[in-house]
Amino acid sequence: MSTGSITAHGGALAFRPGYADNAAHALRDLRPASETIDFELQHHHDAASTAQLGFWIYLMSDCLLFAGLFATYSVLHVRSAGGPTPQSLFDLPYVLAETVFLLVSSFTCGLATLAMGRRSRGATLGWLAVTFGLGLAFVGMEVHEFAHLVADNAGPDRSAFLSSFFTLVATHGLHVTCGLVWMALMMVLVMKKGFTPSTESRLACLSLFWHFLDIIWVGVFSLVYLLGVA
Amino acid sequence: MSVANDAIAGHGGPHGTIHGGTHESAYGGGVHGSRKSYSIGFLLAIALTIIPFGLVMTHASVGTPLIIAVFAVAQIAVHVVYFLHVNRSEAQRWNLMALVFTGIVVCIILGGSIWIMHNLYINMMPGMMQGSMG
Repeated sequence: MSTGSITAHGGALAFRPGYADNAAHALRDLRPASETIDFELQHHHDAASTAQLGFWIYLMSDCLLFAGLFATYSVLHVRSAGGPTPQSLFDLPYVLAETVFLLVSSFTCGLATLAMGRRSRGATLGWLAVTFGLGLAFVGMEVHEFAHLVADNAGPDRSAFLSSFFTLVATHGLHVTCGLVWMALMMVLVMKKGFTPSTESRLACLSLFWHFLDIIWVGVFSLVYLLGVA
Repeated sequence: MSVANDAIAGHGGPHGTIHGGTHESAYGGGVHGSRKSYSIGFLLAIALTIIPFGLVMTHASVGTPLIIAVFAVAQIAVHVVYFLHVNRSEAQRWNLMALVFTGIVVCIILGGSIWIMHNLYINMMPGMMQGSMG
């Protein structure tokens, strides 16, 4: 900006950049003063938003982990070694039911955070319980599917396709299971302590985690199940 | 995209002003969202799930892989905007940057792997592929 004014006005007005710098310094000196006044109030909020940015960075790195698994699956899904192929294994109505459970749980998780915003403890716990139940149903269906595949001699040791399938889908399933444990702990915490800056920040992170897992599942059902059968 | 951003901005209406100054700014510019944005997102996501499942289950369409990919990308965008509430506000700048960066890396990993392995497969001598090719 200051260089712009030198070229625009020529040598005669060379003092201008210096003037602008002084003004900028003055502004910079003013700002901390007003910030210290707000500091006490802002402290919790800053901590919460920093925690949330940190958690967001974690989610992004988790996303890269899944990208590796998706890449592995998309390279290996044709290598069925004479064994079962995606077309012969996957049951789309079953997967659709799983998908709907997870999607509705994402919605109810959002309703839980809204209830937290209203400071309604009962509604928050209620929606978290619904979310937990739907997530549990999802994991239950996935475990049932895996047991069924292994019993049909289509376990992870059967072919490269099935190894990569189990790795990808089970990694997602484990994430959901961790989310369920976290959610149970949060429900106990909210029941005991109510809404503190700490529980609110953690609940907001949990909600991000849960929505993120739903996004990964969109990739799983599109790439693995739909493209596998289509 | 701009329609979606308007919808998110729209939630700041009557109770956004009560909420907005104190609470939402603290949690990265509206992580809580609103009932309206969650409902819109949920309905869109349901539609974007049912349609590709329906297409594949009824064997209705030609060029299905592309259609599935388009629906998947659309649904991911819906989730990011309506459930994760990522937008272009000041408070979300670093979240958005990390997301864009991750998106680029994911595309490189996925596209690169598929491209390289496809070329490898095409250029491989037939004798070396025995037994392993499905």
